[in-house]
Amino acid sequence: MVIETLSEDVKKCVDRWKDREGNLIMILHDVQDRYGYVPREASLEISRQLDAPLARIYEVLTFYNYFKLQAPGKFNLSVCLGTACYLKGAPTLIDQVRRILHVEEGQTTKDGMFHLQIVRCLGCCGLAPVVTVGEKVYSAVKRSDIVDIIAEHAKIYQKN
Amino acid sequence: MKRILIQDTNGELKKVLREFSVSFKSQLQDRGLSGQAQVVVVSDIGVYNKGIVAKILPEGFIYINLDNAHIADIIEKTVLKGEKIDAIALDKKNKQLRIVLRNCGIIDPESIEDYIAVNGYQGIARALELGPEKVIEDMKKSGLRGRGGAGFPTWLKWNLARNVKADEKFIICNGDEGDPGAYMDRSVLEGDPHSVIEGLMIGGLATGATRGFFYIRAEYPLAIQRIQKAIDVAYSKGLLGKNILGSNFNFDVEIRLGAGAFVCGEETALIASIEGLRGYPRPRPPFPTTKGLWGKPTVINNVETLANVSYVLFKGGEEFGKIGTEGSKGTKVFALTGKVRNSGLVEVPMGISLREIVFDIGGGVLDNRKIKAIQTGGPSGGVIPEHFFDTPVEYETLQKLGSIMGSGGMIVMDENDCMVDISKFYLGFCVDESCGKCAPCRIGGMEMLLLLKKIAQGKGVAEDLTKLSEIAEAMQKASLCGLGQTAPNPVISTLKYFMDEYKAHVFDKKCPSAKCASLVTYSINKEECTGCGMCSRVCPVIAITGSRQDKYAIDKVKCISCGQCFEVCKFKSVVRQ
Repeated sequence: MVIETLSEDVKKCVDRWKDREGNLIMILHDVQDRYGYVPREASLEISRQLDAPLARIYEVLTFYNYFKLQAPGKFNLSVCLGTACYLKGAPTLIDQVRRILHVEEGQTTKDGMFHLQIVRCLGCCGLAPVVTVGEKVYSAVKRSDIVDIIAEHAKIYQKN
Repeated sequence: MKRILIQDTNGELKKVLREFSVSFKSQLQDRGLSGQAQVVVVSDIGVYNKGIVAKILPEGFIYINLDNAHIADIIEKTVLKGEKIDAIALDKKNKQLRIVLRNCGIIDPESIEDYIAVNGYQGIARALELGPEKVIEDMKKSGLRGRGGAGFPTWLKWNLARNVKADEKFIICNGDEGDPGAYMDRSVLEGDPHSVIEGLMIGGLATGATRGFFYIRAEYPLAIQRIQKAIDVAYSKGLLGKNILGSNFNFDVEIRLGAGAFVCGEETALIASIEGLRGYPRPRPPFPTTKGLWGKPTVINNVETLANVSYVLFKGGEEFGKIGTEGSKGTKVFALTGKVRNSGLVEVPMGISLREIVFDIGGGVLDNRKIKAIQTGGPSGGVIPEHFFDTPVEYETLQKLGSIMGSGGMIVMDENDCMVDISKFYLGFCVDESCGKCAPCRIGGMEMLLLLKKIAQGKGVAEDLTKLSEIAEAMQKASLCGLGQTAPNPVISTLKYFMDEYKAHVFDKKCPSAKCASLVTYSINKEECTGCGMCSRVCPVIAITGSRQDKYAIDKVKCISCGQCFEVCKFKSVVRQ
């Protein structure tokens, strides 16, 4: 993927934090907010602008789960695997998603539509088990609901 | 405008309830009161097994065991005159006490005026009058201990940092709430951000720190947004920055984001993360209060602790010290979840029993199943079996039972939950989140997880159980940080209280709760089977064949024990063993 404005985008993120100590993580957050992930080209650019070795940037990127190195799908489908969700059947939901989409955790479907993510606690345990697609939150999800949730978003995708 | 909320029910009462609400509405109409009172059927009021239940707003009276004969009375007395009818009122002692959550849901979190109207920023005003020494003294009187889990006295931590001489000191609010099943910090940050900022300022004043940091999980976007907004407003009102409230106290605050690493809840790892490094913990001492962020003395307090601090300084330490027990003062917020009827945040005074929390506040177990245990403290805590439920909630008592207070997750488990599976779940979490720096945690955790997987698959041998406890002990003693030291707790406590379940897996190759897929078999009871064929349709591996006449049967060779047929059968003819 070629991002033409990459150099300027990264500069904006870097400039915001340039004078503060320990700014790398915050810069990476800004970059990820911009692109949805941290492209390798952006890391190279940050390395250049901060005058830090690339290894220093990847050391941080690979330690923290939150940073993604690959472009996410159009819809990010997250299944919560916090304790409350686990007890109330989240593993069967993950099975069902795998079966329908043919993807494993952290993978994107071939058409780039769905990205399956397993998260540890979204902090709304009263609604367990919870599935989110993008910003939309589904609560008390049953295995049989998964098909409908996926179909709902597939329709939105086709419309656009 | 009065509102009469009627609690919806399922089962036999459904019809009676409908008649009751219709008749209530028509009687209101007959008396020409439709414009003044509204009847609404709501899904949950939180009172169970008490017949028809109604709540009258704005008074908040709850009436129970109602029938049509009561309607006229309720309209006459409560709707028209606002009087309470004692004969049908629920005698409910409110066992909760809200200090940390005092403003959550009551004030507009984005309005500083709202916070000031409920005595906000009075705590820092008083603290500025008292001066640092007296603030610490007041905190000592209050007996407040850290709410992040370990329960270290807050005044002592502050005093340690205060006594170190340095040109610059820091104070950090730990909002990296990574414990799965706990969300009290998120609620406070989102619902009452100013109280946490105020607590941080007081801490800064007492310790001599001039810069404060919020370290918040990136997974909590709303909390980040609210805190940022609150900081901006506080600056514009002169509550942050230079010469706060006309004093010579200067204090700056900024936010740093976590990035999904559980280990960063640990103090030294958190510091590394703010410094922009991998979140590796380092050996202590030196403790952060001596040498922390960028080598300067640093105090780290949990969100809930800081929300308490602003209250303590406003009310005075002595007043706060009256709540709770001898060793554990104040209240604790728990995220009550799992197989409990009313799940949500509860705030209770220390010393209340676990039974009261689960049954009186939580309303008991879902679907009237038998309760097996509750788990506190998340992946660092342990399970507490039913016969200890009368234990008072205190730091020390929970520790004695092999669990911890922790950050406040409280998960109710019923008879369908397998303890081997639970400890596998928690340990799996810690293995995932282990930073990999020290061998006991990195290797020990993995080895234990493999043993648990082996046991859950029915391949365990007697030796594995002793191996488990040996590795667990080694991990507790030799790990570098809190994560590794506490990671074996769920395994140790389940081994201690539910050895029979482990033995059933190892020796009888059975999972008593029918949870471990490899040890569960499914079959169809032909006498009960109606031949509807639902099971056959959902089976992903085509292991179920048959017809309406011959009924259906499961081919055990093909079956993968996924359990879908069991779930889908309406006649309970699929047997799970």
